Amino acid sequence: MPDERKVLLEVKGLQKYFPIQRGLLKRTTGYVKAVDGVDFFIKEGETLGLVGESGCGKTTTGRCIVRVLEPTAGEILMQDDSGAMLAVNKLDRKALHVFRRNMQMIFQDPYSSLNPRMTVFEIIGEPLVVNGIARGRELEDRVEQVLVSVGLKVEHLRRYPHSFSGGQRQRIGIARALVLNPKLIICDEPVSALDVSVQAQIINLLQKLQSQYHLTYLFVAHDMSVVRHISNRISVMYVGKMVELAQTEELMANPTHPYTEALLSAVPRPDPRWKADRIIMTGEAPDPANPPPGCVFHTRCRYAQEICRREEPSLCEVSPEHYTRCHFANMIMLRGIPSH
Amino acid sequence: MSENDLLVEVKDLKTYFYLYEGIVRAVDGVSLAIHRGKTLGIIGESGCGKSVLAQSLLRIVPSPPGKIVGGQMLLHRGQNGQRDVTDLAQLDPAGEEIRRIRGKEIAMIFQEPMTSFGPLNTIGDQIIETILLHKPGTSKGQARALATEMLGRVGIPRPERHVDAYPHQLSGGMRQRAMIAMALSCQPSLLLADEPTTALDVTIQAQILSLLRQLRQEFGMAIMFITHALGVIAEIADEVVVMYLGRVVEQARIDDLFYDPRHPYTAALLRSIPRVDRRAEGELPAIEGVVPDPYEVPPGCSFSDRCRHFMPGLCDRAVPRLKEVTEQHWVRCYLYGQEVDAGQPEVVHA
Repeated sequence: MPDERKVLLEVKGLQKYFPIQRGLLKRTTGYVKAVDGVDFFIKEGETLGLVGESGCGKTTTGRCIVRVLEPTAGEILMQDDSGAMLAVNKLDRKALHVFRRNMQMIFQDPYSSLNPRMTVFEIIGEPLVVNGIARGRELEDRVEQVLVSVGLKVEHLRRYPHSFSGGQRQRIGIARALVLNPKLIICDEPVSALDVSVQAQIINLLQKLQSQYHLTYLFVAHDMSVVRHISNRISVMYVGKMVELAQTEELMANPTHPYTEALLSAVPRPDPRWKADRIIMTGEAPDPANPPPGCVFHTRCRYAQEICRREEPSLCEVSPEHYTRCHFANMIMLRGIPSH
Repeated sequence: MSENDLLVEVKDLKTYFYLYEGIVRAVDGVSLAIHRGKTLGIIGESGCGKSVLAQSLLRIVPSPPGKIVGGQMLLHRGQNGQRDVTDLAQLDPAGEEIRRIRGKEIAMIFQEPMTSFGPLNTIGDQIIETILLHKPGTSKGQARALATEMLGRVGIPRPERHVDAYPHQLSGGMRQRAMIAMALSCQPSLLLADEPTTALDVTIQAQILSLLRQLRQEFGMAIMFITHALGVIAEIADEVVVMYLGRVVEQARIDDLFYDPRHPYTAALLRSIPRVDRRAEGELPAIEGVVPDPYEVPPGCSFSDRCRHFMPGLCDRAVPRLKEVTEQHWVRCYLYGQEVDAGQPEVVHA
């Protein structure tokens, strides 16, 4: 089914290198290649899941998009109000400041992402005040409206973050992100710090708000079960590189990158009768400061051949809208997770 | 399961914390049994008392404010038909006897390996110290050989080199393995595992879980595996205890718990989680509300304020008893036919 929706965000060849500095003179002795080759687009109203293990560069990718971090190379294009694609990575400070209203972030830890000295009203209203968008009665109305839409009550407005539970704090964080009417929200592990019984509430809330306000999400997370539930498409990262991107069901059923296969197979399933015929990956992910030559995954890949140690594979389209970075994509049969 | 397999029997254990804000009944009348060679899973959310339960068994509950105010924790040792039962609850937490048990008969691993290792000594030295403490008569050379062997057994590459590594030189997954090596170095009969894989990536988690299963078989030890992750528990446990606010609300064999959950909390929790093996269909059936503040536990059944089957006048009056509804399947809920027990103390909220 072709998707007629317009592209809201496009990321091309994104790279972010952090210099490693040594000695008294802070000479740069190398680079941590946190993000080294990420390409994707997100359509309006869509959720793109970005998964990978710690240190794979998924959070850095999100931060580069909103330019909290300056990308080393690559392009970040986003639709502006006229519908044209604007190069976010080329905006100057002032233009960026104005444009950032369109993209907001939700963070993992609801305990450290809210200022403990501000009331809920001040936290949620701050973006409106700073941007000079509303004040007085109008400010109050806007804040109240957003507050109610995330499932909090008006009497919560004068309280401080410490008097709320983790789930409620996450709702406050979501309200703050929503108050500027953004188009894109980057959700960075928004439920991983929450209690199991509260996670479902926040996932449902994010989905409700998405359809209500026509939001587009980049959903960064490590939990494959959550990502599967919420995403239309999923992108998998490994040591700074995007290794696979496909529609959710396609990726789950027919992974074409050996890392995706191993990652899916490692996810624990709440089913004691499921006999785990698991691919146990040996070793650990390489250091992004010193990635191996060739394919970054070859050190742990059970299908690796000579070419994988030598040449870096490029991203190729194995079937419509299904991209893989593997020399043997479509040549090896990989196991996915059949859905019930 | 035969009587001889019984390793630890916890009976009506109560561990309370006396805080400025009030009394927190972290563990409030927990009874359970751990059998040799089996894995008992303890599942629950934050504040359910699962970690305090483990700390109670080792008598490492921070005191004050924590105190074991009631119940028994019987450690069964049997040799040549002779049965010897020690009540851990009666031991002096700083005394000789519990210190002989800790690390030797009951060992513990944590979410964060740096809880077990000091930063200033090599992991080898710390494992050797444990061995020398619990196995008198072992020479330093033998202890080092054993430490190296254990590091190899848990899958640390080049153990003869890593035995001299400092904790910070190892990655998170490797530190976790080293902690397991230290915990198993004296071949304990019980391993308490408190969220040992929670901070790890899934691929590393899979490695550690398979390692634990393999070592359990090899050493014939019992594991009490504490976690909030239902997927992990399904994979490792033989039997599961579900805790909510200090009490056991359901206990069953692993299959029964996942395929026939009886307590509304367990059933709701299982329904609410997104699953990697299911296609997303609309909203998740979320549990309303949040885990109550430990100072404001609702009267009666502590899940009553979030329960879809709440029966006013019943659920909020007294705590239901844990009742065996089918073989080896216990549930603490009025849905399974029980009268409000007049003998049950009603005063619950602090």
